[in-house]
Amino acid sequence: MTVTALPDTTPPKRGWYKRNEIAVTPWLFLAPAILFFAVYVIIPIFQSFSISLYDWDGLGEAEFVGLGNYVELMDDSAFEVSLWNNLKWLLFYLLAIPAGLFIALFLNQTVTGIRIYKSLFFFPFVLSQVVVGLVFAWFYLPNEGLLSNMLGWFGFEPINVLGDPTLATYGIIAAGLWPQTAYCMILYLTGLNAVDPEQVEAARLDGAKGWKMLWYVIIPQLKPATFIAFVVTIIGALRSFDLISIMTNGGPFGQTRVLSFYMFEKALSEYGFRMGYGAAIAVVLFLIMLVFIAYFLWSMYQEDKGAR
Amino acid sequence: MFPRPIQQASPVAQTAYKTLLPIALIMWLLPLIAVAMFSIKPASDFTQGNYWGVPGSFDFFKNYGQVFFNSDMPRYMLNSVLITVPTVIGAVALSAMAGFALGIYKFKSNLWVFFMFVAGNFVPFQILMVPVRDLTLDMGLYNTKTGLVLFHIAFQTGFCTLFMRNFIRALPFPLIEAARVEGVAEWRIFWFVVLPLMKPALAALAVLIFTFIWNDYFWAIVLTQGPDAQPVTAGITSFNAQFRAAYHLMSAGSIVAALPPVLMFFLMQKHFIAGLTLGAVK
Repeated sequence: MTVTALPDTTPPKRGWYKRNEIAVTPWLFLAPAILFFAVYVIIPIFQSFSISLYDWDGLGEAEFVGLGNYVELMDDSAFEVSLWNNLKWLLFYLLAIPAGLFIALFLNQTVTGIRIYKSLFFFPFVLSQVVVGLVFAWFYLPNEGLLSNMLGWFGFEPINVLGDPTLATYGIIAAGLWPQTAYCMILYLTGLNAVDPEQVEAARLDGAKGWKMLWYVIIPQLKPATFIAFVVTIIGALRSFDLISIMTNGGPFGQTRVLSFYMFEKALSEYGFRMGYGAAIAVVLFLIMLVFIAYFLWSMYQEDKGAR
Repeated sequence: MFPRPIQQASPVAQTAYKTLLPIALIMWLLPLIAVAMFSIKPASDFTQGNYWGVPGSFDFFKNYGQVFFNSDMPRYMLNSVLITVPTVIGAVALSAMAGFALGIYKFKSNLWVFFMFVAGNFVPFQILMVPVRDLTLDMGLYNTKTGLVLFHIAFQTGFCTLFMRNFIRALPFPLIEAARVEGVAEWRIFWFVVLPLMKPALAALAVLIFTFIWNDYFWAIVLTQGPDAQPVTAGITSFNAQFRAAYHLMSAGSIVAALPPVLMFFLMQKHFIAGLTLGAVK
C-alpha cells in the first residue's frame, strides 16, 4: 500500500475522552448529583401523580380508581378547611416581609453593640420549628402561659389561643412569623447595606425624606432582597407542617389543618394508611406550589438573560 | 445611609434610641427568655403554680443533668450528629461538582438542568413522601440513619447546586481559560483552580445545611421511629411525652436540642449570613 509510505503527519492518536473532554466533562461532574436528585426528587413527583390514581393502603394490592380520589376530595370538608387555612398562611405569612423591613430599618444604625443586637434579633431563625412551636405553645398556655398572664396585668380575661377553633390558626401563624421575620430582616439589612449613598444624598438635597424617601428611593433599590424574601416566605407558608404538628396536631376539631398536614394525617397517621388519597392531596398542594415555582423560574430566567 | 444616622439626631433622640434597643430586644426574645427561665426552675415551682415568679431555687445543674444523664436525649443528639455531618459532606461535594459543571461549561441543556435543580428544591415535601418512604423501605433503610442521610443529600443538592453555580459564575473566567491553554486537564482545573476559590461558598453552605438538616422534623418522623435512628427534633416529642407537664425538664430539653445550630450560627456568623443573603444584593 502506498499510504504507509507517506510520512505520518497526524498528531499522536488521542483517546476518545481526550478528544471530547470539553463536551463530556460537565456530564461526568453532573452525574452523581443528577442521579441522586432524579431518584429521590424528580421520579417520586411522577410516582405520586400515579399513586394518586389508586386506592392503596401502602401494603396490599393497589386498586386503580382513576380520578376517584380527586372526586372524593371535592366533598371532603376537612380538605376545604385545609385549603382555606393554606390561604390564610399565604396571606398572613407575607407580613414577615414588611415586619422584617421595619426591624431592619430600626437596626440599621452604627451605635456600639449594634452587631450583637442584629444577631440576637436574627436568633429565632436558627431555632428549629419544633422548638419554636414548643416555646409558643407554652407562651399560649390558657392559664399558666405568659400571654394570658400579661393580658391579666392589663385586666383582660385569659385566652386559650390554641384551644379556640377560630384563633388557633392565627396563633400558629404568629409563631411562624417570628423566625420568618428574622429571616426577612437579615435580607433587608444586607440590602440596606448596599443602598447607593449618593442616590440617598441626592434625594435628600431634593427634599425627599421619611416615607417618601423610603418608598421612592430605598425600596426600589431593595428589589433583589424583596424578591428573595417573597420566594422564601411563600415557600415557607406552603411548607408549614412542623409548627402545626407540634402546637395543635391539627386540632381543635381539625381546624388548624393545612394541606401538608392533612396529607400526612391521611397517609401515615392513626387515621389509616390511605396512600392514594394522601398522594392526591399532595398533588393539589404541588400544583399550587407549581404556580409560584413557574413564576420564580421565569423571573430567574429573565435575569439570566439580562446578565449575559 | 438610610435611615439617617442617629448620631445626626438630637441627644434626646439618641438616648431614646439607645434605651429602646434593649427593650425591643427583650420583647422580641420574650418567649425564649421565658423558656430559659423555666429550665432553671425547680419542679416544685410548677406544682405550686409559681410559673412566672422568681425561681424557688436555682436548679440549672439538676435539670440539665437530668436531661443529659437520665433520658434518651444524648442518643438523639448523637443520631442528629450522625445524620447531619454526612449529609453536609455529601450535599456539598455533589453540588460543588454539579455547580462547576453548570457554571463553567456552555452546553445546550445547561439552563434546563439548572432549572431542574432549582424547581426540585421548591417542591412540597409531601409530594415526595409516599414514594420516598416506599423506596427507603424497599432498600431496607427504613428507620436507619443512612436512609435519612441519602434522602437529605439528594434533596439539599438542589439548593446547594443553585448556590454553587451562581457563586462559580461570579469567578473570573479568564483564569479557567488560561489553565486550559496551558493544557491542564478539566478535572485538575476543578480541583486545583476552582475549588480553592470556592472556600467561602463551601463554608457558607456547610453551616446552612448543618442548620437545615439539624432542624428537620418532617423527614425524621416519616423515615424513622424510636431512639435508634431518630434525630433530636423528633426525639424531643417523645422526651416531652416522658416528662409530661414537667416544664422545667421539657424546657431544658428543648434548649439542649436547639443548641448545636445556635452555636454554629454564632461561631460562623459571617458565613451563615453570607449564605442566606446570597442574591439579596446585586
